[in-house]
Amino acid sequence: MAKKKKGQSKVTVYPDWCKGCGVCVSFCPAKVLELDETGKCHVAREDDCIHCGFCELHCPDFAIVVTDKKPKDEQA
Amino acid sequence: MNEVTGNEIIHQYLRHNKKFPHVLCAGCGHGIVLGSLIRSVHSLDIPKDDVVIVAGIGCSGRLAVYVDFNTIHTTHGRALTFATGIKMSNPKLKVICIMGDGDALSIGGNHLIHAARRNIGVTALILNNNIYGMTGGQSSPATPSGSTSMTAPFGQLEESFDTVSLGQGAGANYVARGTVFHVQKLERLMCEAITKPGFNMLEVLTPCHTQYGRKNKFKGPVDMYKWLKKTAVPVERYQEMKEEQRGDRIPIGVFTDKGNPGLEERYFGLKKELLAKQQAAEGK
Repeated sequence: MAKKKKGQSKVTVYPDWCKGCGVCVSFCPAKVLELDETGKCHVAREDDCIHCGFCELHCPDFAIVVTDKKPKDEQA
Repeated sequence: MNEVTGNEIIHQYLRHNKKFPHVLCAGCGHGIVLGSLIRSVHSLDIPKDDVVIVAGIGCSGRLAVYVDFNTIHTTHGRALTFATGIKMSNPKLKVICIMGDGDALSIGGNHLIHAARRNIGVTALILNNNIYGMTGGQSSPATPSGSTSMTAPFGQLEESFDTVSLGQGAGANYVARGTVFHVQKLERLMCEAITKPGFNMLEVLTPCHTQYGRKNKFKGPVDMYKWLKKTAVPVERYQEMKEEQRGDRIPIGVFTDKGNPGLEERYFGLKKELLAKQQAAEGK
């Protein structure tokens, strides 16, 4: 997965699937994610995301999806 | 191949009529192993119907419930025996056996060494979380010496099994070790373990915070992942290290790769040969 510049990725968290283990929050290199008052993960600074894919690969509950902001045909 | 990436692939392979989120505890590495397995099967372009997941009992046994492959949830420790039967009756299937450390090394230890000796074409994933998690945190054969558990409150006196040496000694065709922190490496190893012939063994170190970490001074699941990041080193670098540098470090990577044909290949080859001989004798 090629690294992308900031502000081009969309991070989606499914709160129903998140168990709040905090793995994504503590290892995120750009500090995009945070735990909210309910103890679950939410996206705090989406524009800082560098699309490294760590959270997506390491979420044990498959609760995070990182995608490109624009559809593929628009980028080209 | 489909254009979707990451977790979107995983959602295509899950059984959404099961209750989600899954039963595993927060921060359990088993979910990551399941994700890597799905991504590996997807990247190898194997149809869902050609994959059989055989799981034993324990936390790892739950993984078979959630994926939309052919799955079978078997008795404790006997997953490899069921897998052997499936592979011998239909060698076209990719049989993947998911076992925990207690399942594979203690209760099914006998089956593990004999499956390795036979070189049956099964992929054995051994999810090593150092403890019997589901039954309440008893010491397993993989609990490191000196660590505390429910049945060893003053520290484990027994030595633990080295799964890799065990597999090598028993004659497994392919032996590798990965961790859930190094996911991309784990996926590469898993792809190799699924495609190579013969008995392929992949040990995956996955943290169990609920039963093991809490009793061993890990504050949270994140600490266990940090520990994995610190202790796991590639096997090439581990071999170059001096004895005193090694300490508690755990080598990860490929340890044995023989590439011998599996038992089912040799069996059906022999069958074909004998039938040809018989036909030739009858023709005379």
